[in-house]
Amino acid sequence: MNDKKIAIAGLTVFIVLFTLPFWWNMAKAKPAPKPVISDKARAAGACIESKDVMAKSHMKLLDEWRVLAVREGKRTFVNSKGVEHNVSFSTGENSCLGCHNNKAEFCDKCHTYANVTPYCWDCHLDQKESAK
Amino acid sequence: MKNSRREFIKVAGISALGVAAASPVLNALASGGEVAHEEKKVVVKEESSVDSPYKTNKSAIHGARWGMVINTSMIDAKKAAKITAVCHAIHNVPEIPNKKQEIKWIWPDKFEHVFPDKEDPYLAEKFKEMPVMALCNHCDNPPCVRACPTKATFKNSEGIVMMDFHRCIGCRFCMAACPYGSRSFNFSDPRKFLDPAKIDPAFPTRMKGVVEKCNLCAERLAIGKIPACVEASEGAIVFGDLADPKSEVRKLLNSNFTIRRKEALGTLPSVYYII
Repeated sequence: MNDKKIAIAGLTVFIVLFTLPFWWNMAKAKPAPKPVISDKARAAGACIESKDVMAKSHMKLLDEWRVLAVREGKRTFVNSKGVEHNVSFSTGENSCLGCHNNKAEFCDKCHTYANVTPYCWDCHLDQKESAK
Repeated sequence: MKNSRREFIKVAGISALGVAAASPVLNALASGGEVAHEEKKVVVKEESSVDSPYKTNKSAIHGARWGMVINTSMIDAKKAAKITAVCHAIHNVPEIPNKKQEIKWIWPDKFEHVFPDKEDPYLAEKFKEMPVMALCNHCDNPPCVRACPTKATFKNSEGIVMMDFHRCIGCRFCMAACPYGSRSFNFSDPRKFLDPAKIDPAFPTRMKGVVEKCNLCAERLAIGKIPACVEASEGAIVFGDLADPKSEVRKLLNSNFTIRRKEALGTLPSVYYII
């Protein structure tokens, strides 16, 4: 037990190095960006569900939508308030992208921040982008 | 320091406590300080429940088994080109110059290619050069559906052999299984071959590595429209419910002799031809 000092110093260095990513990120973490709601979406008043639900579960909802619309032909969604909505991500005005017509500011901003790359855009067209 | 079993157990116990106490702190650090417990809340009701939030469109037209009757004598080369163009335009089907990689949903072909089992050296000249529209036959017994390992290709409740592009892994088993060559594979990104000015954002494109084919305009049926080829054919193609004896297709089948493609294979196509 003569190497107590060396062992403790080594352990300290190890712990600091091991937890370095956490300290590093804590120092660098930026606040999550707020998505910009397009004028059209703002004019519509409310999204298909509450803001909270959409922020947390839009990916689950979209996943359900694509299965039910394509596989079961169920293209009308009744939300928790009983209002009917067209089940479509990108078809025409009456769809997600029809209202949220600012992909770069509404979708990409948070996706880039969270480092997620949903492959929706490999097939679905952003109406604004394709119009260019 | 004297090493004894007692000492060891003490140290081990304290270490275990320390690890247990530190892990939530580490978790919190890893998730950026936010508490990640609320995610479990289920927002959307299960699809199997009786009060499912999903239903079919009110404007949709329904059939028990959709089918088509194609009156080939009413289609000339010009009309065939128009039908193909309309279908391919609304579904963003790219025009690829390389014949080996072309994508087709509906296309005109020669009689001998569409009906190879009706080979006849004395076939009348007019039939030899007549364009015959070929498309997915939406078989009652579709071999592509059985071949698909991911159920990306499936038969829906109205008899349409549909593709769920989200699920296609591009294995091309369905292409090998389909006896009609009705399926095309995207060897490269189809958007490269689409005119950006003409892309219809109302229908998604496909991506590289995905198989595609005619979907009998399921997206149009959902909003109460008949398939685009039927509309463009000016009466040469008739669309309707084969299961309904009063439907227009059944009336045509009653009053005309019709053939189907490669009937001997037992795939039971839903597309009939009046020659």
